[in-house]
Amino acid sequence: MTRHAAAPGSWDGRATPASALPPVAEYSLRLGDDALVLAQRLGEWVSRAPQLEEDVALANIGLDLLGQARTLLTYAGEVEGEGRDEDDLAYLREERDFRNLQIVERPNGDFAVTIARQLAFSAYQLGLYRSLCGSADATLAAIAAKAVKEVDYHLDHATQWVLRLGDGTRESHHRMQAALEQVWPYVDEMFDADELTSVLAGEGVAVDPAALRPPWDATVSAVLARATLTRPEPGFHGRGGRRGLHTEAMGQLLAEMQHLHRSYPGASW
Amino acid sequence: MSSRDWPLWEVFVRGRRGLSHVHAGSLHAPDATMALRNARDLYTRRQEGVSIWVVPAAAITASSPDEKDPFFDPAADKAYRHPTFYHVPDGVRHL
Repeated sequence: MTRHAAAPGSWDGRATPASALPPVAEYSLRLGDDALVLAQRLGEWVSRAPQLEEDVALANIGLDLLGQARTLLTYAGEVEGEGRDEDDLAYLREERDFRNLQIVERPNGDFAVTIARQLAFSAYQLGLYRSLCGSADATLAAIAAKAVKEVDYHLDHATQWVLRLGDGTRESHHRMQAALEQVWPYVDEMFDADELTSVLAGEGVAVDPAALRPPWDATVSAVLARATLTRPEPGFHGRGGRRGLHTEAMGQLLAEMQHLHRSYPGASW
Repeated sequence: MSSRDWPLWEVFVRGRRGLSHVHAGSLHAPDATMALRNARDLYTRRQEGVSIWVVPAAAITASSPDEKDPFFDPAADKAYRHPTFYHVPDGVRHL
């Protein structure tokens, strides 16, 4: 066994510390990265969904999220003021510079896993955007106001499927429950507050993530109960996405998402 | 068609208030609720509609192409059935 491998964390020096960005830019980047990474994941279903109709539905949800990501990343770049546009931020950052939650980067798994993730994340995002409509930051408020109707539909789509799979056949119920068990370790991170959200929430710009938990619990618990599913109690909780700490799956996702732009800088069609 | 396939639904979309629903196409869905949502994704993604109907394709009784002559030809020479004997007021666009 050789010991020539790079020391763990040897590339930390290249990561942009969170404090490098103005707070509003950092916040917009977090929300934009959530939408961008989940859009990329949902795009992986194109041509692979169980039915053509579901293929289109998942792609539509992904494209809604991509649209949100574009405005949020563009705004983050504007606030930063260093001349970075949406493409620079999406395609030219390293893994440690991405601020998305770990739940959105997790692999698609089977259809039930994708739907479980969509239920959890859309219920969170709906509460977030609804609150953000009243943000003191006019741009964030406008972005949220446009996105809230889209996410309302995403949550409905996920809900319809959780009800059908959970309260369907023995096999579909079993696989839907297994999917919840896979996704739930990444739920708690969505509601973690930190210094940035505390400061911005105090200024009326951001939403306190912890405040989104009770309505999320109510929404999701009602769906799971109707679907005859049991709410998981995970043995561990993934955390750290907001600080650039990601799961193994993230590097593979970025490689696929970024390779074209990095191989052919400025490529367009 | 295998038994695992979802049933076929016919989709009717109303473009705007005042118009009638027009057949837009068909799709597969496990039930009516999902058919409505799939129809929204497939047929109204460019703001084509304000209202959607979905109907199980199996519930539609259609005229047969073989019966085309007895069904439709007798109406061909009955000009008095056409409302051509009065003037359509200007500004009526959907008559």
